[in-house]
Amino acid sequence: MSVEILEVKSINTYYGNIHAVKNVSFSVNRGEIVTILGSNGAGKTTTLHTISGLLKPTTGQILYSGKNIDQLPAHKITALGLAQSPEGRQIFANLTIKENLDMGAYLRSDKAGIKTDFDFVYALFPKLLDRKNQLAQTLSGGEQQMLAIARAYMSKPNLLLLDEPSLGIAPILVSTIFRAITEINKLGMTILLVEQNANLALKISHRAYVLTNGEVTLSGEARDLLNNPEIKKAYLGH
Amino acid sequence: MSQDTIYFFWDCLQYLINGIAQGSLYAIVALGYTMVYGIIRLVNFAHGEFLMLGAFCGYFALKMNLPMPVAIIASMLGAGIVALIVERALYRPIRNEGRIPALITAIGASLFFQYTGQLIFGADPKTVPPVFTEVIFNFGEINVSNIQVFIFILTLFILLFLWWLTRFTKIGVAMRATSYNLKAAELMGINTNRIIAFTFFLGASLSGLAGILMGYTMSVEPMMGMSLGLKAFVAAVVGGIGVIPGAALGGFILGIAENMIAGVYKSSFRDGVSFFILILILLIKPSGILGKNVKEKV
Repeated sequence: MSVEILEVKSINTYYGNIHAVKNVSFSVNRGEIVTILGSNGAGKTTTLHTISGLLKPTTGQILYSGKNIDQLPAHKITALGLAQSPEGRQIFANLTIKENLDMGAYLRSDKAGIKTDFDFVYALFPKLLDRKNQLAQTLSGGEQQMLAIARAYMSKPNLLLLDEPSLGIAPILVSTIFRAITEINKLGMTILLVEQNANLALKISHRAYVLTNGEVTLSGEARDLLNNPEIKKAYLGH
Repeated sequence: MSQDTIYFFWDCLQYLINGIAQGSLYAIVALGYTMVYGIIRLVNFAHGEFLMLGAFCGYFALKMNLPMPVAIIASMLGAGIVALIVERALYRPIRNEGRIPALITAIGASLFFQYTGQLIFGADPKTVPPVFTEVIFNFGEINVSNIQVFIFILTLFILLFLWWLTRFTKIGVAMRATSYNLKAAELMGINTNRIIAFTFFLGASLSGLAGILMGYTMSVEPMMGMSLGLKAFVAAVVGGIGVIPGAALGGFILGIAENMIAGVYKSSFRDGVSFFILILILLIKPSGILGKNVKEKV
């Protein structure tokens, strides 16, 4: 088994007519938390969608556990063990919280394992347990984010993609969510995080890549990037 | 109370019974309409033609002296399979091209089946061989036939089945998830193409069922899907399109209103009253009686 769980090799992706991802390459090793930093419109979400199969790259390769996945439909990529919690949560507001989590576990049939993972996500986010039979539309933004992460976790992926989990959420819930991300990672799940909140993201990550106008402009160990003057100026506001 | 008033009362009750029976058929067709709309926001104008093709499958099955249950299954399967082919060949390739191309395609498919149907089956109405004897029950001055009772109970059973399917089965919950957010459903590992195909099959098989029942009570002909499809569409919109109980409610409202107006006033107003109700609902509550005001997704 190779060290890299994900290798992205010079991908180019168009979002409509916009060349949103230009020649992007990066890799994620097993067990890591890797962050892709970038401002609005830098191509972060397009990159994630290209990996999860919602968009297709025009050129380049995406290897997941050594297997080429760049032309597979999204549901087949999920079946391989790669789950995404999408930007803006995208929970099923018309379903109950439990049903949302059931959909996360859609491809699984190991009843005992599913039960264990239900217990785990309910312990991670007790608010979801309290309201498991309510419609997801009744949740606050932060709680919806918890549900989106829990739902992605329920497929028990090897690689979890999280798209801006801090976006538009009360600061107190943001720290709960980031603690949960660390906890999930400690269980051995590899995480690829996309964030604008550089400070928070770099503190929990092992490595990071900076995306500017669709191109990787910086990369390195997260703690080095935290002290990088360019990063400080662009993302940390000092 | 004068004798006339009492007879009028009995008459109205009879119209109500007939209305419920006819409304049951509208409801069954409207359910399929609304399910397909719910999942891909397509007003499938060819839905009535699935009904017609299902009716012909059942008709030929009965002609071959097969028993009624077999004819019903043939109708449902026939309509369902045609729907699967239409979805795969016509609707899927243009699914992301917006609503207007899909709508035009649906109208085209509808016309294609109507006129190809006339070419193959002939335009004349065909009488379905009677396989079971109609029994009329009398309650005072009103008559209820066993076929009416059967259709009504069948409709309730279908509603119960759909409720169970969408609440308690994995595929049913996946249908609701797909209808709410197709991309997110895809990220869950749900094969949304398959879910959509399944929805088409289910909706069309219901219309095929309604087709043979209607053919049995009246006749089978290539244009039969047009008016019934349109009525079912109205029923679905009146009840709230995309909402399953709404389709049933709309169907019953239309069936009762049509029979009432035809009996009490003039039978030439039968078809008009449905569209009058449609206009009224669109003015008062455009999302339909049970419809929710949902923001258009972007």
